[in-house]
Amino acid sequence: MPDSSEKPLMIELRGVNKWFGDFQALRSIDLEVRLGERVVVCGPSGSGKSTMIRCMNRLERHEEGTIIIDGIELTDDMKNVTAVRREVGMVFQQFNLFPHLTVLDNLMLAPLRSRKLPKNEAREIAMHYLERVRIPEQAEKYPGQLSGGQQQRVAIARSLCMKPRIMLFDEPTSALDPEMIKEVLDTMVELAEDGMTMVVVTHEMGFAKTVADSMVFMDEGEIVEAATPADFFSAPKSERTKTFLSQILIH
Amino acid sequence: MTVAEVGRPRASRAPLKLRKRSPIIDVLQVAVLAAVLIWFTLKGAGAINYNWQWYRVPVMFYRVVDGEFILGPLIEGLFMTLKISGAALILALFIGLATALLRRSNSYSGRALAYGYLELIRNTPLIVQIYLFYFVLAPIVGTTPFWTGVIALAVFEGSFTAEIFRAGIESVKKGQWEASDSLGLPRHETFRRVVLPQALPLMLPPLTGQMVSLIKHSAILSAVAVFDLTTVGLDLIADTFMAFEVWLSVAGVYLALTITLSVSVSLFENRIRKRAQHW
Repeated sequence: MPDSSEKPLMIELRGVNKWFGDFQALRSIDLEVRLGERVVVCGPSGSGKSTMIRCMNRLERHEEGTIIIDGIELTDDMKNVTAVRREVGMVFQQFNLFPHLTVLDNLMLAPLRSRKLPKNEAREIAMHYLERVRIPEQAEKYPGQLSGGQQQRVAIARSLCMKPRIMLFDEPTSALDPEMIKEVLDTMVELAEDGMTMVVVTHEMGFAKTVADSMVFMDEGEIVEAATPADFFSAPKSERTKTFLSQILIH
Repeated sequence: MTVAEVGRPRASRAPLKLRKRSPIIDVLQVAVLAAVLIWFTLKGAGAINYNWQWYRVPVMFYRVVDGEFILGPLIEGLFMTLKISGAALILALFIGLATALLRRSNSYSGRALAYGYLELIRNTPLIVQIYLFYFVLAPIVGTTPFWTGVIALAVFEGSFTAEIFRAGIESVKKGQWEASDSLGLPRHETFRRVVLPQALPLMLPPLTGQMVSLIKHSAILSAVAVFDLTTVGLDLIADTFMAFEVWLSVAGVYLALTITLSVSVSLFENRIRKRAQHW
């Protein structure tokens, strides 16, 4: 990846294979993400993008190959898995907020119960990140009372409360009404500007162009092409990439 | 207000419109129904020349001797039934939760154990299980009749509560587990703070039903030497030959007990529902 090779490796995938039954979801995936790098992953549905980033915090178990996150190898050893999960935040398509807890309690849960921070400290962190995603006034509400865009921003804040070194985004705007996509993307852009290491699965090509350091295109479980956004959008090498881009950029 | 601030309106259930009618009609209906029932009972008793002696029933509940209040055998039997049911309930909830967790566990032997327990208990008669516990297990382990009865009941009811717990846990969306995992929450914290609170409102109605049937099933313990409400009833009949009065009184006490339980749980449920209205 260009001009950042001196920065430490944060995510390293080597020859990763994964099957769901007979279906091979990932085919010898190699990927490197360095500190502060923003990688946007795109590709048709069923191409393995979500599976790949879900392997990075072991929501999915890979069968072959090596995954090393911030120097920790993901194995069956739950100690390593937990250590990785504390360093890696994830934002889901369906938000997955805890509906029975207020926004503030959603944010405080992991700092309290995973990091074992004292209550006042957890609350301070929670309010800090709620202000960062610009909805501190919603702290006492329940997720169901918020709009989709607000919910997703709460979800981002919830992940940030664990002070992760890496953020994974799994189609964060796909479940949102069109008028709410921007507020979520704006939050993500700010995060990128602060230097967060990010892997984002998305079809928002405008976001990719502004934020991404590198683009990864996947199809049928393999990485077909990885390039800088400039090269990727103007001079895609593979036929499959060209077809995909023509399909999503046509309108 | 912007669109984002308004948010999505939540679907609210339209209140059922009931035709207004006078409560007098309801009262009349109940009165007629009760009259018919009483008439049939009296007619039946009359046909076998039954001699009603209701005046002898109150002493079975309580007596006042020299200004001192003495509990009658029926109330003592009720206390015993309450003690058995309470202890068995706590144990059954524990067994049920443990079994539900075992069924979901990664361990093969854990799942096999839970599965074997469920099939064995649910497919044999309760009375046989109680005899097994009382005549086979108790002499070996050396438990008292009371605890043998409690354990037998709990083991039986636990198999049903296990399925209630399992259904409740499975009703919580996969995304909730994944979000908790991604935050590095330990499993037991995920369970306690994320999954159980969401499963509880769904589990309460069937759990109440299970509690009611536990109280009713405790009557079967009269088959072994436990002095519960039903045993006391049997003894009283042996002494007095007042089968109708005693059984009706015993049934009334059970009914009062289970209805109290149902009502208090549904009050509790309403409170939880109120809290859960935003989900």
